[in-house]
Amino acid sequence: MGTVTEKTDQPAVLAKVKPAPWRDPPLVENRRSFHWVTEKICGIVESKTPVWWWWCFITALCIASFTGMGLIYLVSTGVGVWGNNNPVNWGWAIVNFVFWIGIGHAGTLISAVLCLLKQKWRTSINRASEAMTVFAVLCAGIFPLFHVGRVWFAWWLFPIPNANAIWPQFRSPLEWDVFAVSTYATVSILFWYMGMIPDLAVLRDRAKETWRKYFYGVLSMGWRNANNHWRNFEMAYLLLAGLSTPLVLSVHTIVSFDFAVANLPGWHTTIFPPYFVAGAIFSGFGMVLTLLLPLRAIYGLHDLLTQRHIDNICKITLATGSMVGYAYAMEFFIAWYGANSYEGFAFINRAFGNYWWSYWIMVSCNVISPQLFWFKKIRENIPLVWIISIFVNIGMWFERFVIANTTLSRDFLPSSWGYYSPTVVDLFTFFGTFGFFSVLFLLFLRFLPLMPMAEVKMVMPQADPHGGKH
Amino acid sequence: MSKVMDIKYGISATFNSAKDIYEAAGKVRDKGFTSWECYTPMPIHGLDGQMGYGRSKVPCFTLAGGITGFFTGMLIVWFMNAFDYPLIVGGKPYFSPIYPFPVFYELTILFAAFGTLFGMFFLNRLPRHNHPVFEHKNFGRTGDDKFMIVIEIEDPLFDDEDTESFLKDLGGKSVSIIREPIE
Repeated sequence: MGTVTEKTDQPAVLAKVKPAPWRDPPLVENRRSFHWVTEKICGIVESKTPVWWWWCFITALCIASFTGMGLIYLVSTGVGVWGNNNPVNWGWAIVNFVFWIGIGHAGTLISAVLCLLKQKWRTSINRASEAMTVFAVLCAGIFPLFHVGRVWFAWWLFPIPNANAIWPQFRSPLEWDVFAVSTYATVSILFWYMGMIPDLAVLRDRAKETWRKYFYGVLSMGWRNANNHWRNFEMAYLLLAGLSTPLVLSVHTIVSFDFAVANLPGWHTTIFPPYFVAGAIFSGFGMVLTLLLPLRAIYGLHDLLTQRHIDNICKITLATGSMVGYAYAMEFFIAWYGANSYEGFAFINRAFGNYWWSYWIMVSCNVISPQLFWFKKIRENIPLVWIISIFVNIGMWFERFVIANTTLSRDFLPSSWGYYSPTVVDLFTFFGTFGFFSVLFLLFLRFLPLMPMAEVKMVMPQADPHGGKH
Repeated sequence: MSKVMDIKYGISATFNSAKDIYEAAGKVRDKGFTSWECYTPMPIHGLDGQMGYGRSKVPCFTLAGGITGFFTGMLIVWFMNAFDYPLIVGGKPYFSPIYPFPVFYELTILFAAFGTLFGMFFLNRLPRHNHPVFEHKNFGRTGDDKFMIVIEIEDPLFDDEDTESFLKDLGGKSVSIIREPIE
């Protein structure tokens, strides 16, 4: 109570009601020093490659080869090796694409939106989440790229002059998507890389082997920790955060246009953009938990990635999961309230039709499982949090499956109805992308700083030149 | 590539905490030095003001990039869909600022992001892989937990002995001369 009564400029009522002094738990626990942070993060990269890393890496490479084989078979044979056919011409390609893009969104949310909102707890998770964004977008890109059929003509999607003197057609939402996703990938890489420059310089200055000196030396661009550098860096960082925020919202909005602009019941709704964005953030935070909880245990990062961080991630997952649940309910309400018989049928069919099982998997994973995060006991039970995060990932994959397939398999004419099932090539290609993602993520762990050292140091109490007194 | 000689670049002083360098920087500025720099492991809140720096110019590059991107988007859509190869699709106009807005929007952000990154590099004069301060034997610690002030020899107020004792008076540890090797 001492702190409250000492200050004379507080309203008198505070002395009477005596509010409990609220203090956020520290972002770096156990009063660690700057040097400890440097040693901890650099140590991950500089130490001898652990045995588990090799096992994981080889396993991931084997899994990734499934994608490789699937794509080779597809290119040499034709898109017919996938299960896509009339009336479901999109099949798993669009489902997997939206799934992976959505996962990427949490990384940008953490690095950009939380930066603008001055959420200091983001510092220890933003680097790994941005890496997740970049790799997830690369996985996403595979599917539309190969779904075009003749992948060697995929460059026609870009406004590049070609021998046929034809140009992209900008009235199509699919073309908008090309711009949205390629911009998203590029800006995510720029943001990720720029944030890493000061940390790469630290690794450069500590490097002993020649290859490390060159590798980190070239990548760090000669950064020298000067205050003038930091001044421009911080401004550039803030600006990139400000640019990425409307970008991340627009990307999933435009992805949802792929559906919403089509005149099909179940797709042609104005709720799609916000609903897709909330879903993307939801799935991305699920993936952040899936990735970071094991890393925290393996590398002993408990002082940097505290229970407070996990609590916050769980709460965002809960909030976005509830928004997604609200959107599911609202879609049904509008289908009834809109009094359009096709729309009404599309939704009854979604829940009770031929794909009823996928709908109920989606609802139980996305709407019910995150509600457990209301309870502190559950948020503190790390294995359970991890299991729920897996459910979130599964549920969000099924959400895209439900949206894409229920509508297409039951369109206006019953004579053209059909039932879509994936082929084994579909299965292998998608399964392999998890390996591809893991390969990239493991390489990231091995060669690049897992957490932004400078930013973590900034939120430690020692970094405050006024000693906490403003 | 043998070192024939070296020339003096400046005098460095090390500080152990953010608070120390913050206070020392204010005094260096008050003394009237102009060619000097602070090296810190992370940005220190308020150090720009202490050093007398104004606002960073990076936003100018961002704005220029954004404007370029927006009009590049407009230009390509107009050129490709209305001028070079007009084609009626879905009864929509050949060109309109409305339907291809996502394209303008994304290109605005794309070019603005490039402007920001390259603007930052340009203003920081990077990449520059050699610099005299790298010759300081403990330079690496400024990325870890040490804070360093370097006053350059170019500064009109620079004086070998006075500057050295001034930095010592500020509480600077291991005050030393940085030499730049030349061939």
